[in-house]
Amino acid sequence: MGLLALFRSKPSTASIAKERLRIIVAQERSTRGAPDYLPLLRRELLQVIHKYVNVDPEAVQVHLDREEGHEVLELSVALPDKQGG
Amino acid sequence: MATTCILSGWALECAPPNRIFEERNLSEIIVVTSGKGGVGKTTTSASLGCGLARRGKRVALIDFDIGLRNLDLIMGCERRVVYDFVNVINGDCTLKQALIKDKRVEGLHVLAASQTRDKDALTEEGVQRVLDELNSEGFDYVLCDSPAGIEKGAHLAMYFADRAVVVVNPEVSSVRDSDRILGLLASKTRRAENGNGGVKEHLLLTRYNPRRVASGEMMSVNDVKEILGLDVIGVVPESTDVLAASNSGVPVILNDASDAADAYEDAVGRLLGEQLPLRFLEERKRGFLARMFGG
Ligand SMILES: Nc1ncnc2c1ncn2[C@@H]1O[C@H](COP(=O)(O)OP(=O)(O)OP(=O)(O)O)[C@@H](O)[C@H]1O
Ligand SMILES: [Mg+2]
Repeated sequence: MGLLALFRSKPSTASIAKERLRIIVAQERSTRGAPDYLPLLRRELLQVIHKYVNVDPEAVQVHLDREEGHEVLELSVALPDKQGG
Repeated sequence: MATTCILSGWALECAPPNRIFEERNLSEIIVVTSGKGGVGKTTTSASLGCGLARRGKRVALIDFDIGLRNLDLIMGCERRVVYDFVNVINGDCTLKQALIKDKRVEGLHVLAASQTRDKDALTEEGVQRVLDELNSEGFDYVLCDSPAGIEKGAHLAMYFADRAVVVVNPEVSSVRDSDRILGLLASKTRRAENGNGGVKEHLLLTRYNPRRVASGEMMSVNDVKEILGLDVIGVVPESTDVLAASNSGVPVILNDASDAADAYEDAVGRLLGEQLPLRFLEERKRGFLARMFGG
C-alpha cells in the first residue's frame, strides 16, 4: 500500500474489490459443479413448504457436499418460531 | 427459537472414471483462456508462442475464435491465410496446407480461425483429429487461443488441454469470470473427466498498473493470487507497446525495448519450469527531467 493510502480514512477501492470478490467467489465455488436443477428444486421446495408454513426464501438452503465416491445433498429449512394452524 | 430440519444422505450418483489410461501427448496442449472478453488472451497467445519458438520449440498457435479471427492480425500473417481450422476439420485441405509458417521465428506456426458463422463448425472429434495430427507431426507445444465466454468455442479450446494460462486483468469482473473458467477447467475437460490429475492452471495477470496498485486504486498481484488461489506465471504491465505491436502485426515479445516483452519472456521461462522472480511490480523510477516535464 502506498504512503498516501495510510492517511486515507476510507478503505481503498482495491481493498473493497478484494473483499467483495472474496465473498462472491467463495459463494460461487460452493455451488460449483452442482446440478443445474438445484435452483429449481429449491424454488419448488419453497412452494411446497409454503403450503404449510410461512417461511422466508432464505430459510431454505440447499448444499451439495462431495465425499469419496458419492455426493450428499443437504436441505436445511429454518422454520419460524410460532407455527400457525 | 428456530427449528431446523435437515434431510441429508441423499446420495447422488458420481460419474466413475470412464477411462483410466492416460492419453499421452508428445506435444503439450496449452489453452489461453479468461472467460471475460478483451483481457489480452490473443496478445498473450501470440507472445508466448513466439517466446517458446525462439527457445527452439516447435509451436502451433490455434485461433479458436470461430467467426472472429484475430490471431492472424496480431501475428501479422492475415494476408497469408488461405485455409483455416474448419477447412482442415472438414477435409478441404491438409493440415500442412493450412499451417502458416512464421517468417520471423523458426518453428512457429499459425492455424487461423474460420470466419464462418456456423456455430457447429468445430466438433470435438474434429478438434481432436487436428491435435492428434499436430502431435504426430512432432510439435512440442500447441497453444489454443480461446474465445471469450463459456460457449462451445471456449469449451473446445480448453477440452483437450494439459495446461491453462488464465489471463486476468486486476478488475472485479475479470477476476470473477476467471474463477468460472477455473470451475470449468476442473470439470469439463478431458483431463478432469479421466481423473488423471486435471489441467494444470496458471495465472497471467495483465494490464497491470503498478502506480494505481500503489495508490490503492487497483488490486495487487497478491490480492488476485489470494482470491483465485493460483500460481502466477506472469505479470504483464499495462503498456502502450501492446497497441503499437498489434498495429504493426509484430507480437509485443519481439520488441526488445519493452517491459511488456520482458514480462512475457519471463512468463515463457516459467512455463518451461524456470524459477524467476516477478518484475515490473513497481512503478519504474523516472529520471529527474521526466519528472519535471513529463505528464
Ligand atoms: N499489457 C497491455 N497493455 C495495454 N493494452 C493491452 C495489454 N494487453 C492487451 N491490451 C489491449 O487489450 C485489447 C484486447 O486484447 P486482446 O485482443 O489480446 O484480448 P482478448 O482477450 O484476446 O480479446 P477477445 O476476448 O475479444 O478475444 C487490445 O486492444 C490490446 O491491445
Ligand atoms: Mg482474442
